[in-house]
Amino acid sequence: MSAAASPEPQDAVVAVKQETPFARFVSEYCESPVAVVSFIAVVLIVGVALLAPWISPQNPYDLAQLDIMDGRLAPGATSMDGMVFWLGTDDQGRDMLSGIMYGLRISLGVGVGSAAIACVIGTALGLIAAFAGGKVDTSLMRLVDLQLSFPAILVALMILAILGKGVMNVMLALVIVEWARFARTARSAALVEARREYMEAAQCLALPKWRLVFRHMLPNCMPPIIVIGTILVARAITLEATLSFLGLGVPITEPSLGLLIANGYQYMLSGKYWISFYPGIALLVTIMAINLVGDQLRDVLNPRLKR
Amino acid sequence: MTTWMLRRLIQAVFVMLAMTVIVFIGVNVIGDPVEILISPEADQAERARAVIALGLDKPLWEQYWRFLLGAVQGDLGRSFVFNEPALKLIAQRMPATLELALTAVLMSVVIGIPLGLYAGLKPDSIGGRLVMGASILGFSLPSFWIGLMLIMVFAVQLGWLPSTGRGQTAELFGVQWSFLTRDGLAHMAMPAFNLALGNIALVLRLTRAGVRENLPMDYVKFARAKGLSPNRVVFVHVLKNILIPIVTVVGLEIGGLIAFAVVTESVFAWPGMGKLIIDSINVLDRPVIVAYLMMIVVLFIVINLLVDLLYTVLDPRVRLETRE
Amino acid sequence: MGKTRKSAHLAWLAAGGLALAGAVAGPAVGQTLTLAVAASPTSLDPHYHNLAPNNSLADHIFGALVEMDANTRPEPGLALSWKPISDLVWELKLRPGVKFHDGSAFTAEDIAYTLARVPTVKNSPGSFLLYTRGVTKVEVVDPLTVRLTTGAVTPLLPIDLSQVAILPHGLGPEPTSESFNALKSTIGTGPYRVTAYNSGDRVELARNDAYWGEKPHWEKVHYRMIPNDSARTSALLAGDVDFIEAVPTSDLSTLRKDKRVALAEAVSLRFAYLFFDRTRDGGGMPFVSGPDGEALAKNPLADVRVRRALSMAINRAAIVDRVMEGAAVATGQFLAKGSTSYVDDLAPPAYDPEAARKLLAEAGYPRGFRITLQGPNDRYVNDEKVIQAVGQMWTRIGLQTKVDAITWPSFIGRASKQEFSAFFVAWGVSSGEASNPLRALIHTFDASRGFGSANRARYSNPALDAVIERGMAITDDAAREVVLKQATRMAMEDVAMITLYQQKNIWGMKPDLRYVARADEATHAFAVYPAK
Repeated sequence: MSAAASPEPQDAVVAVKQETPFARFVSEYCESPVAVVSFIAVVLIVGVALLAPWISPQNPYDLAQLDIMDGRLAPGATSMDGMVFWLGTDDQGRDMLSGIMYGLRISLGVGVGSAAIACVIGTALGLIAAFAGGKVDTSLMRLVDLQLSFPAILVALMILAILGKGVMNVMLALVIVEWARFARTARSAALVEARREYMEAAQCLALPKWRLVFRHMLPNCMPPIIVIGTILVARAITLEATLSFLGLGVPITEPSLGLLIANGYQYMLSGKYWISFYPGIALLVTIMAINLVGDQLRDVLNPRLKR
Repeated sequence: MTTWMLRRLIQAVFVMLAMTVIVFIGVNVIGDPVEILISPEADQAERARAVIALGLDKPLWEQYWRFLLGAVQGDLGRSFVFNEPALKLIAQRMPATLELALTAVLMSVVIGIPLGLYAGLKPDSIGGRLVMGASILGFSLPSFWIGLMLIMVFAVQLGWLPSTGRGQTAELFGVQWSFLTRDGLAHMAMPAFNLALGNIALVLRLTRAGVRENLPMDYVKFARAKGLSPNRVVFVHVLKNILIPIVTVVGLEIGGLIAFAVVTESVFAWPGMGKLIIDSINVLDRPVIVAYLMMIVVLFIVINLLVDLLYTVLDPRVRLETRE
Repeated sequence: MGKTRKSAHLAWLAAGGLALAGAVAGPAVGQTLTLAVAASPTSLDPHYHNLAPNNSLADHIFGALVEMDANTRPEPGLALSWKPISDLVWELKLRPGVKFHDGSAFTAEDIAYTLARVPTVKNSPGSFLLYTRGVTKVEVVDPLTVRLTTGAVTPLLPIDLSQVAILPHGLGPEPTSESFNALKSTIGTGPYRVTAYNSGDRVELARNDAYWGEKPHWEKVHYRMIPNDSARTSALLAGDVDFIEAVPTSDLSTLRKDKRVALAEAVSLRFAYLFFDRTRDGGGMPFVSGPDGEALAKNPLADVRVRRALSMAINRAAIVDRVMEGAAVATGQFLAKGSTSYVDDLAPPAYDPEAARKLLAEAGYPRGFRITLQGPNDRYVNDEKVIQAVGQMWTRIGLQTKVDAITWPSFIGRASKQEFSAFFVAWGVSSGEASNPLRALIHTFDASRGFGSANRARYSNPALDAVIERGMAITDDAAREVVLKQATRMAMEDVAMITLYQQKNIWGMKPDLRYVARADEATHAFAVYPAK
């Protein structure tokens, strides 16, 4: 981002401050301690998710390591061969701590992965629609309408009912469900942006179209996309949990956080809270951290909020 | 304007055609409705009889053609399960879902916008931060889990609200509604709140984001400089501007709410059409699945139309013509 | 019946002055019972869909010639007696003085009318023809005597007739299912009349004071449908309903200790089993391969020693205790102790992983093999948990086991197309004797004669087929039982299937109620009594 050459006023300000845009971004981000803590939390969570196979006490996906005789033990109990279950076990005798670590892997992978793919596809199509206008716009938006006329949960249900369960199928279903929302958001943001003076100015300079769209329009469209993006990461994870609750999510032998909660849900009334409670907390912390980071990013990235 | 509407309608018909084809193929891929519906006791002869009785012995294209012929005359087929016209079944269940979804929308606007304004106007106050934190909580837990927690706390532990069902209903325009009776309202409180929770958070965040974005803008400064009262600036000028994304999102979410009622309805045993569709998918009751999805598409197109119209009212810059 | 709940009612009453009695009433208000069932009836037409929830509701409204007691033994219903007067002809004496809800008298005409109506029901996905098509001729001897002629020897005709609700001939030609749902044709001889029907939500029942049998305690019954397990339990705990069926096993341990709830349980006619595909004994199995993933030339599951090893590897007691939380009984055959054709000395195979390993080695699989066990995840009580537990146990004897739980619609479709190698299912023995599973599950698949209709494994044993067919043709109950026991023993010794356990049916209710628990899963409001 060589700022000095750019005709945009914001970048000109940067040049005056004699600061790289990234350093400015970091310092602005760090203005909020909550955001910093959240960022650290996200890093930790991602770390745990990535390192789960090496740091978890048990491989919860290996049937040979589970024993139903250890099932539904309370937190702190000891297994028949001496292992301590710090967060208790579920009905299959799965160590909840290990289950949560592995579950994080799947939930995060599914949620972030699908939202990222949907974001790239959706935003690109939304910008193209807004900028190209005419037939392209109409047909793309019809496609979005078609997509959105099937409510998310139903589309996902249908896709998974046909394809069967599995991590990749869930991701595919989530991408299909979410891309249209990105497209619609990007398009409406772009429509408003297109009428702003800087775009007219840029057009007067006869800059190439792609440059107009991606260099000038996109950054200004980002705030609403980031807002919707953080919401959709959270929503993707929740939707995955709901699908698992309905019996169509990830396979039962490789539970995500959502499936752990769904499995534990039936034990809530009988006081075995830990099966559902701890994965719930893990999910809650994860999503809150992601959302808080997203919030701060939005505030920092939104040029109009700057004083 | 009329051509614009007409075009929308033609598109709607195409959307429905595409969808019915997908459902016909999809249900065919998933499994055989007779396998699921028939008594396990049934022998092969009885099975063959049932296949013929439901018209499933014909090739798929012929089944589809028959469906189309019927659909043109307003007949979407009979439910395999209930032996009643699919449309009638859905029409019977629809009021329950509609009142639930609309109450949820109402809740999300009535609770979401004031909280969002507050959080947007006082972003650094403790209250503002608390509201934002709570809004994130609103997104973060799966609604089925929150539903059960609500039941655990308010029905089982405290005994304040009834746990499940629709309660007493009263008739209005020939339809039974829960919101007309005190008992019905008590039954509706938890499921509607459960359904609204995500949307309250969504509206709240959009409102806050809008306020934060609009406050530094020139027109606000100008209005202030003109000596308008702060209340007038916020509630007339700013609110008018931020209503655009909110109306869009809330409008679009109505369809989603109606569909998502699937989960809420099954947790709270609310006898709406969401529960009907889940049951129908579970037994591959194709006529009901198709009819339900067609209803949803119609509903969605109506909602979209209304959203677009409202959009033009609220934001004169976006004219319908430019959207064609 | 928590205190808080009552005081909340009082508060509402005081605040609004509204009569809440109808909607959230406990037994204290009049003689009203609010119960919640797990599965929704799909129609009030008793001949439309042969489905347990429909039949259970129909039992309140209609009567059958023969009724089944709580232990699934036939007892007089609308017929006082029945006996075969030749191999093919049965004579039934009808109960005098019985009136339908509309006041018309019940006579032999109604039997003829009902049997003629069953085949005319339109669009039926599960017809009652199954029970009536054996009858080729109905002869009305006098108003209270009827003779039924069957096309073949049908020893179980009385049991078949217990499934068929009798309608008054006054309904006229071919009443539609809709007219039943609209309460126009819903006229029976049962202990209750329907006063309102809201599909998928509730049925309102009122006592039929002219009922011929024991008068039910409850004047009114709110028959609600709450399919979600936790919601049903919490509705009971919150006092919204007085009585629920199908108490989820996960709540059992707590509910057993909870003073707000009483439970009634009975061993069910439903048994869970594992089935092994036998269509690919010569190789090409989709879900079985060698220990290193290589294709096997022949199906290990075709070897009875392997099947026996797989059975011995399963710790049934642990499954019953840990997974089913006591809501099941370990078994090694179709029916539970005390049922007709239960074989006394056929105990559940003992859990012995060491012997199972040896047996595997002896069969030529010292390093085991890879296998995937499939099952539904939304059909039976704890289905997906049981298959995981079985997977654990098989892993312990050296099989590399994968477990795959699938939704019922796609599971049953694939199972019927023989797409699995090993799969978990359950079967309800509605007739209460072994002829039913032997005929449908164990006999060689034979579409033309109606045998092996649910034999999705395509297991086939001609010697066993002969015994089954012989048994099914014996009218004398005692002589038939002997042959059925022999067939059961042969099937179990050949490990045609691995039977795991019989489920228990569990009902939950307020402590001041009691229920006569039934072996079939039916929930009957008229069998709910005040505790004292």
